[in-house]
Amino acid sequence: MNTLIEVRDLSKTFTLHQQNGVVLNVLRGLNFSVSGGECLVLHGHSGAGKSTLLRTLYGNYLPAGGSIRVQHQGEWLELVGAAPRDVLQVRQQTLGYVSQFLRVIPRVATVDVVMEPALARGWKREDARTRAEDLLARLNIPQRLWQLAPGTFSGGEQQRVNIARGFMVPWPVMLLDEPTASLDDGNRQVVLELINEAKSAGAAVIGIFHDRLAREAVSDRHLDMTPPDLDPQASMASSLKETEQC
Amino acid sequence: MNAAQQIDRDAVSDRTQPLLKVRGLTKLYGPEKGCQDVSFELYPGEVLGIVGESGSGKSTLLSLLSGRCPPDSGVIDYRLADTHKSAGQWLDLYSASEAERRTLLRTEWGFVEQNPRDGLRMAVSAGANIGERLMAQGVRNYQALRAAGLDWLNQVEIDPARIDDLPRTFSGGMQQRLQIARNLVSGPRLVFMDEPTGGLDVSVQARLLDLMRGLVRELDLAVVIVTHDLAVARLLADRLMVMRRSHVVETGLTDQILDDPQHPYSQLLVSSVLQP
Amino acid sequence: MNAATQPRPQPQTPRDEAYNFAYLDEQTKRMIRRGLLKAVAIPGYQVPFGGREMPLPYGWGTGGMQLTAAILGAEDVLKVIDQGADDTTNAVSIRRFFARTAGVATTERTPEATIIQTRHRIPETPLHADQIMVYQVPIPEPLRFIEPSETETRTMHALNDYGVMHVKLYEDIATFGHIATAYAYPVTVDERYVMDPSPIPKFDNPKLDMSSALMLFGAGREKRLYAVPPFTRVTSLDFEDHPFEVQKWEHSCAICGSHDSFLDELILDDQGTQSFVCSDTDYCAQRVSQGRAGQ
Repeated sequence: MNTLIEVRDLSKTFTLHQQNGVVLNVLRGLNFSVSGGECLVLHGHSGAGKSTLLRTLYGNYLPAGGSIRVQHQGEWLELVGAAPRDVLQVRQQTLGYVSQFLRVIPRVATVDVVMEPALARGWKREDARTRAEDLLARLNIPQRLWQLAPGTFSGGEQQRVNIARGFMVPWPVMLLDEPTASLDDGNRQVVLELINEAKSAGAAVIGIFHDRLAREAVSDRHLDMTPPDLDPQASMASSLKETEQC
Repeated sequence: MNAAQQIDRDAVSDRTQPLLKVRGLTKLYGPEKGCQDVSFELYPGEVLGIVGESGSGKSTLLSLLSGRCPPDSGVIDYRLADTHKSAGQWLDLYSASEAERRTLLRTEWGFVEQNPRDGLRMAVSAGANIGERLMAQGVRNYQALRAAGLDWLNQVEIDPARIDDLPRTFSGGMQQRLQIARNLVSGPRLVFMDEPTGGLDVSVQARLLDLMRGLVRELDLAVVIVTHDLAVARLLADRLMVMRRSHVVETGLTDQILDDPQHPYSQLLVSSVLQP
Repeated sequence: MNAATQPRPQPQTPRDEAYNFAYLDEQTKRMIRRGLLKAVAIPGYQVPFGGREMPLPYGWGTGGMQLTAAILGAEDVLKVIDQGADDTTNAVSIRRFFARTAGVATTERTPEATIIQTRHRIPETPLHADQIMVYQVPIPEPLRFIEPSETETRTMHALNDYGVMHVKLYEDIATFGHIATAYAYPVTVDERYVMDPSPIPKFDNPKLDMSSALMLFGAGREKRLYAVPPFTRVTSLDFEDHPFEVQKWEHSCAICGSHDSFLDELILDDQGTQSFVCSDTDYCAQRVSQGRAGQ
């Protein structure tokens, strides 16, 4: 098995300096690895730190300790303590992240938003456009919306634009934060297809799926994230963090 | 944007080396007034945001970096372009002569002022503003200057028909875009920006930011941008330096600093932003 | 105005002993000469000097007069022209001033003069090696129109940072379709300093290039002097596709018939009837005396 991402003894704490320096231990001593073609599903009740883990893996949150290593362009790269420019390289080439939320860039047309990851990798504009339009069509975004900026779209439409963007280019490692949440059956099916296509193409997938059907459709293994001692502070912290991101 | 793509390709080969190396940069006007002990490296195509409250030393740092004001101590090394006479050589900014610094500032570097009136020549036309750097570099062909003017007006989304109009007949947003064009016409590798969206109203800001994002990527510019607007920082910067009372208190990936700030002051800064 | 007058005899008046020779005191003249030596050594470079009050207002040639006073010797023959003419108020006054304070000989004939103080023209008659031209300069700084700061313009000169000079010419072409700057047209001296040749018409710019005569420029209000030594390259700024050109006239001089001198336009009556005559009165008079005539 070709392991693409390996996590050792990963921990994450939040120190809230604005609130008398309260320290929240959200992740402690996590160990796992994921191979190409495999999907690891994160289990745990709300507040167990699932989203925090994905964000930490992506470099969005700063780990408190441990190691995150990824296969980046044929070599193992340690992400904990890596230089920002290395993390950005990894994000451009290796590590994809899809959340439910689209961070809207004002004034940019939907099709351009979707194409961006491909252009960043140096794809030809025509090739990128073909792929973007194909994805938007599959995700049932009406063609009349493609040239509009997604800022004014409905929540569901924005979510699907974000998914199209997330699947625009093949990623060796994909982090999925509830990509199917609140989608209708048809669109959920499309997203599950996309995930399975990515797996067949050799991607290592780590995901959070709340609905059981989706979970069963893609999951190979799961990681139980319920902490041994149900830490009430930890659950408070991660729910706080999740709302802050909206 | 053929010229731009050419620049892009040329720059790819030297991406693995820093463009700017800053070590121990200090300039103090008083206790904790100014900036002290700032060190970082900037790579080609990288956008560094400097954030912090007023008086934290952001602007002092920017003037030191851009060769406008010598530091009390510390070194800034800049790697010259391959086309330069001393190809691939490192230039110690403040050991270099003022002539060398000036040449740098009007060729390989750019500086976008917060107030476009400070960065533009208000008494001459838009076309002359854009052409000035080229003329300074020895372009003596009027048609070529004209063509460059029209091309750049187009790139910064100003109607080329306004090439002969004075900047004062332009809106604030257009003036700022003209200032950007005037800087980018010489194909710089490193651009300094001091609150480039500061004086503009919000609707105009978004358009300017989007334009800058596009240009930064297409031209593979390295940028040092000073801003107190964290939304601007998030949109443009790859990584951030948070300054407070002349010290850099935290550095890191932009979204990491904004979503998971570590230093008490960074946390205060991020949590103080009003969400619309 | 400048009818084809015969040159009037210029009787040599005795010097008024109440004044020091040529009005200024010897220390001042020495100081100015030191400045002039520096200016000659660095062609086109503006040298500051301690300008003195002269008994006429700024703008009437105080800079030129101080330079003339500094270099004038008892044996010199002085000619003063204003817009090419020897007989206008300014020219007559300055000539009379030096005749009285220095007792020097004066002339209206270009070849006879050893020092020619001028406002706004270079004589049509070619100059020779023993002559010195003294120009009256209102604004010596060619960069001033675009850069108000003196500190900055000095730095720009020092660093050969002249890109902005072409901005003005660019604006001309953009506005008028050609370089419309007709006088005080900027030049590069000896491939180094950009210089304002004083408000001479650009018609006269080519006469500065490799001239046999020494050219001295004095600005009284701004207290700057500069120089172009004999046989120095002086090139007018331009663009490849809009090369430097001098003014041309379809007419010839109504008095002497000259086709290649700088012409002044005269309006003769209320119907706007035009006539063109030489601006250089001495040149015109010489041609008439040689039997040439216009229509």
